[in-house]
Amino acid sequence: MIEFNEEASRRYQTILSHYPEKRAALLPVLTLAQREFGWISQEVAEYIGGLMGYPPSDVLSVATFYTMLHKKPAGKYHIDICKNVSCWLMGVNPCVDEIKRQLGVERREVTADGKFSWDVTECLGSCGTAPAMQVGDRYYESLTPARIAEIIDTLRSE
Amino acid sequence: MTKILLANIDKPDQANIATYRERGGYRALEKALAMEPTALIDEVKASGLRGRGGAGFPTGMKWSFVPRNTNKPTYLLCNADESEPGTFKDRILMERDPHMLIEGMAIACYALNCHLSYIYIRGEYEFVANAQQKALDEAYEAKILGPSVMGKDFALDIFVHLGQGAYICGEETSLIESLEGNRGYPRIKPPFPATHGFLASPTVVNNVETLAALPWIIQNGAAAYAAIGTEKSKGTKLFSVSGHVAKPGVYEVDLGYPLLDFINKDAGGVANGRKLKAVIPGGSSVPVMTAAECEGVLLDYESLLKAGSMLGSGGMIVLDETTSMPETLSVIADFYAHESCGQCTPCREGTGWAAKILKNIVAGKGKRSDLDLLLKIADMMEGKTICPLADADVMPIRSFVTKFRSEFEALCSS
Repeated sequence: MIEFNEEASRRYQTILSHYPEKRAALLPVLTLAQREFGWISQEVAEYIGGLMGYPPSDVLSVATFYTMLHKKPAGKYHIDICKNVSCWLMGVNPCVDEIKRQLGVERREVTADGKFSWDVTECLGSCGTAPAMQVGDRYYESLTPARIAEIIDTLRSE
Repeated sequence: MTKILLANIDKPDQANIATYRERGGYRALEKALAMEPTALIDEVKASGLRGRGGAGFPTGMKWSFVPRNTNKPTYLLCNADESEPGTFKDRILMERDPHMLIEGMAIACYALNCHLSYIYIRGEYEFVANAQQKALDEAYEAKILGPSVMGKDFALDIFVHLGQGAYICGEETSLIESLEGNRGYPRIKPPFPATHGFLASPTVVNNVETLAALPWIIQNGAAAYAAIGTEKSKGTKLFSVSGHVAKPGVYEVDLGYPLLDFINKDAGGVANGRKLKAVIPGGSSVPVMTAAECEGVLLDYESLLKAGSMLGSGGMIVLDETTSMPETLSVIADFYAHESCGQCTPCREGTGWAAKILKNIVAGKGKRSDLDLLLKIADMMEGKTICPLADADVMPIRSFVTKFRSEFEALCSS
């Protein structure tokens, strides 16, 4: 049985207070749920649905529309690297290869220690400092394969 | 060149409310609060300000569609979804001068008689949202927001709402659906958001850059703003330039500024001494222009339209002579196939097929007849869907294939 802890419950109430109708809070609540439970599993959909009064299928139908909500487990550090035009022009492909080499897993797979997963993503809005990637709420820009190796090393020891 | 939006962007502590006020911040709001709301709308109309998100619709006119005698609340939604590939301008406004946006939103809300407003920020920009939230907290603390805006009998709440990764949510009706807690499926118009928007109430959706221009317009007057730019494209516009230029970044230019001067002077020219091959002037969904087509073109809505492209969001992508156009188009087509919401069949199927055909061509497995097939798919998508995402795929497909056809043919077997 999963449940929001006290802090998350407070956060949940604050989110609800921002909207004239409860339904509008669903996406921010799912974001909170992902932060708490790691990904939007069937169990999470049932819990959030129960909490807000929607069937889990309804909750999942919303969650599956949005790429940032994980529909399967992700690593503690989930890397999203942009493959769109400007990043591609500035050489993102060798950077993607380096991520794969460093982590030894394919996209959307999690490393054995549970620490990392990665995926390619669409434009992050960092076109002037391309190539770019996102890890959690952090952006890493002007990437090169060497810099990616450094970043992953740092995250490994965090 | 006039600096309106970026005037203070590089100054220290601009994001701090005290510094913002020392530099003249929130005086435009004070001035606005002493005016009649309808006079404010007239002022914005007279300024000639047009929507900076991509469509270029006159802002004052958009506001005037909102019914004034309604028993429903009116909502202002700030579109900070910034997802059009090549566009990264709104981000720096929110990160480095977030009070300018708050002031612009407060002016707009007062003009529209709106007491509850949201900034819909794409989920990837969480760090940007944090900077904007910090500024909102300061504004509440200073009683600029809350039950009595700057001491006036006018209440206003502004909340940040984070998206969770969907390009389509930058389309205004999709943004509204998403804000309501649903899948971001665009709505059929009419009814328009002005009468039936968020929670079926009158709603205005304005881009960050549009709202951020309001304090300057109110402070300096509509006439001063309208004196900048061309006859129909008034004021300044942010261009975010990326790709093969020496100095990528965000620049503010007077509308009507020459495109090639912008690339060669402001953006430092094509990088590594190479030659210009093509320019995508307004985000990946607008038609590509060849280097020759860029000659003499000005950066304003009408000139770019006349040159066969569009100003769009001002997300300019510069391509040098070494760029493979089929590969570039394949990257773009992949994006639209991934981001189609799937609601309309022509888009869901068309974007997917176009991406597959292009992948095949780039892999050397295409046939020349595939190029006509691509153009046929484009015809079958154009104008046949609820929202413009399909058209956003059509414009690059058609322009790349027709303007650089020999490059595509060279990869195909006959």
